[in-house]
Amino acid sequence: MKKSVILGALTVAGLSAGAAAAGTLDDVKARGTLNCGVATGLAGFAAPDANGEWKGFDVSVCRAVAAAVLGDPSAVEFVPTTGKTRFTALASGEIDMLARNTTWTFSRDVDLKFTFVGVNYYDGQGFMVPKALGVSSAKDLDGATVCIQTGTTTELNLADFFRTNNIGYEPVPIETNAEAQQQYLAGACDVYTTDASGLAATRATFEAPGDHVLLPEIISKEPLGPLVRHGDDEWGDVVRWTLNALITAEELGVTSANVNEMSANTGNPEVARLLGTEGTLGEMLGLDADWAKRAISAQGNYGEIFAKNIGEETPIGLARGLNAQWTDGGLIYSPPFR
Amino acid sequence: MTTLTDPPRESFRLSMLINDTRYRSLTFQGITLLVLIIAIAYLANNLLTNLAAAGLNIAYDFLGDPAGYDINQALVEYNSRSSHARAALVGVLNTLLVAFLACITATVFGVIAGVLRLSNNWLVRKLMSFYVEIFRNIPVLIWIIIIFTIMTAVMPAPRAFRGDEPEATMLMGLFAFTNRGVYIPAPVWGPGSMVVVATFIASIIGVIGYRRYATKLLYDTGKLLPMGWPSLAIFFLPTILMFYIMGRPIGLDVPELGGFNFRGGIQVGAPLIALWFALSIYTGAFIAENVRAGIQAVSKGQTEAASALGLRPGRVMKLVVLPQALRVIIPPLISQYLNITKNSSLAIAVGYADITATLGGITLNQTGRAIECVLLLMLFYLTISLLISAVMNVYNNAVKLKER
Repeated sequence: MKKSVILGALTVAGLSAGAAAAGTLDDVKARGTLNCGVATGLAGFAAPDANGEWKGFDVSVCRAVAAAVLGDPSAVEFVPTTGKTRFTALASGEIDMLARNTTWTFSRDVDLKFTFVGVNYYDGQGFMVPKALGVSSAKDLDGATVCIQTGTTTELNLADFFRTNNIGYEPVPIETNAEAQQQYLAGACDVYTTDASGLAATRATFEAPGDHVLLPEIISKEPLGPLVRHGDDEWGDVVRWTLNALITAEELGVTSANVNEMSANTGNPEVARLLGTEGTLGEMLGLDADWAKRAISAQGNYGEIFAKNIGEETPIGLARGLNAQWTDGGLIYSPPFR
Repeated sequence: MTTLTDPPRESFRLSMLINDTRYRSLTFQGITLLVLIIAIAYLANNLLTNLAAAGLNIAYDFLGDPAGYDINQALVEYNSRSSHARAALVGVLNTLLVAFLACITATVFGVIAGVLRLSNNWLVRKLMSFYVEIFRNIPVLIWIIIIFTIMTAVMPAPRAFRGDEPEATMLMGLFAFTNRGVYIPAPVWGPGSMVVVATFIASIIGVIGYRRYATKLLYDTGKLLPMGWPSLAIFFLPTILMFYIMGRPIGLDVPELGGFNFRGGIQVGAPLIALWFALSIYTGAFIAENVRAGIQAVSKGQTEAASALGLRPGRVMKLVVLPQALRVIIPPLISQYLNITKNSSLAIAVGYADITATLGGITLNQTGRAIECVLLLMLFYLTISLLISAVMNVYNNAVKLKER
């Protein structure tokens, strides 16, 4: 494989994808920061706060990985990506991982050559309309103008939904969530459609959230999760098991508050293996024994991250629903640490 | 006294490639060309190697697959089951439509502003230079977004037209201006409407014929026939007469509020209007400068001589100055037309489905075939630009100074 600085500069981003594929873990360690692709700004999932610090559900995954690999949850370079630019950014090696409410689909996995390391949010596409329209079902939307974020699975789902139900609509493709919000509020479109979680997040930022309703139809399955490039399984494992560590931690009752105490004296062998007091799981990953401990203490376990960023106590106000632990009847489930 | 003799014919030696000025430049050109070819081959090879290493290949099969997405403005039949190639065609036509419309309006804006910039009226002159300086010094993308944002914020939403006492009403009951676009009535062609259309075309030919005749009469005999009102009469009267004789065969499909949107009529979408207006007003400012430069390039003596012959200022401009100024105006005008076509690729900023938005946007994204799509885009813009250049060069040759 040929690799050269000049070529990298000359050729279009994405051409040298193969060159950057191997040894991401080493690259990240050598660089000392993790380049993590996130959304350009979606409240609760990834958005800079008043101090310019990135906060959110997806951001926390990046921070956990940085804490596990580099020992510092703040050693993350956040790269805002749009629905259109995210895959090129990942394929070209501009970012090491993408945590941007991205739907796991067959073609993205197989054809675009990415590896989805897991699912951190089970979502589905929904519709938001102003209450004043008096619409109660998505099937009443015949002839409506619909704002969609372009470059997402949503525009394909939307076309399929309206086609199957034999009703017409007019799509307005929009590049970012912020623009879509503006168009929707100005009445340039009747409906805004995206993942239900995204709709809830967007509605939370409105001046009068109560004037808008989410329609009951969820027209698609949208398993959202972090992803990495194909062909670098070591790096994929690091991200996958960092996510699993957060999930397992919630299942086992390990929180950011009690993680140190638990690692010092626990009777549960799985907790001991997770936190590195027993076994050599960290070494197998190419990290040290404390990796999971750091990942958990950075932002908390999966449940804490959920509650802090998008849970019912926050303005976003999402219930756990499908995203509860499997022990609570949800779909969040990690393979065992053993 | 010296005698000139032919130098002895030297046989070619390899060192002459460097030492002999006859060959030296060829040598270096050859070397440069070789280096360039090697560099390009290396880059192409690197691309293919890396693509192969990543398990990707360059293939255009995806163009035949169903696109799966809908497009809000399609000039040809299109639905979400149509192929990606069809979606690209829709994009091509949309690009050509907005480029064509913007070229015309930009030229109109530009010529008016350019001529008025040289006006003797202080206010008009200053206003026009204000227009030129403001519009050409702010990037066109900003203008597109500003105009689109203003349109969506200021114009009423379709739901404002609803109810017994609506906040907004349709203009003359025919036109609806909404923040989603302008709805205008569409003609409905009934039986016999072709006769009316044929009459209309015939009357256009009639107007041209009359004006030719009047000009010829003027040149031959000096007799001046009135031009304005007879032209208007020939233009309108026969068509209107025929319209009533045939029993009003052409009806109007007036847009009506139904459901969420207006239905019926023709919708000119807000994205198209915003893009069209922004491109024409932005490029119009550049064209205004070209026009001003062209007019100023015509020597003042020409204007004075024309005035001395007793021509009125309007005629001086039309008959003497503009024909000569065109020679200077056309070449930069070509590049402005090319700019409009290329700048139309900013359409995605307002959700207008041009070729960059369909092929280079959604298709690229859904198929992940970035290189293929971008290559196609480059090919398209290159072809279109070269075509515009070719056509405009033909026109340029027609108006340029004929040297005999």
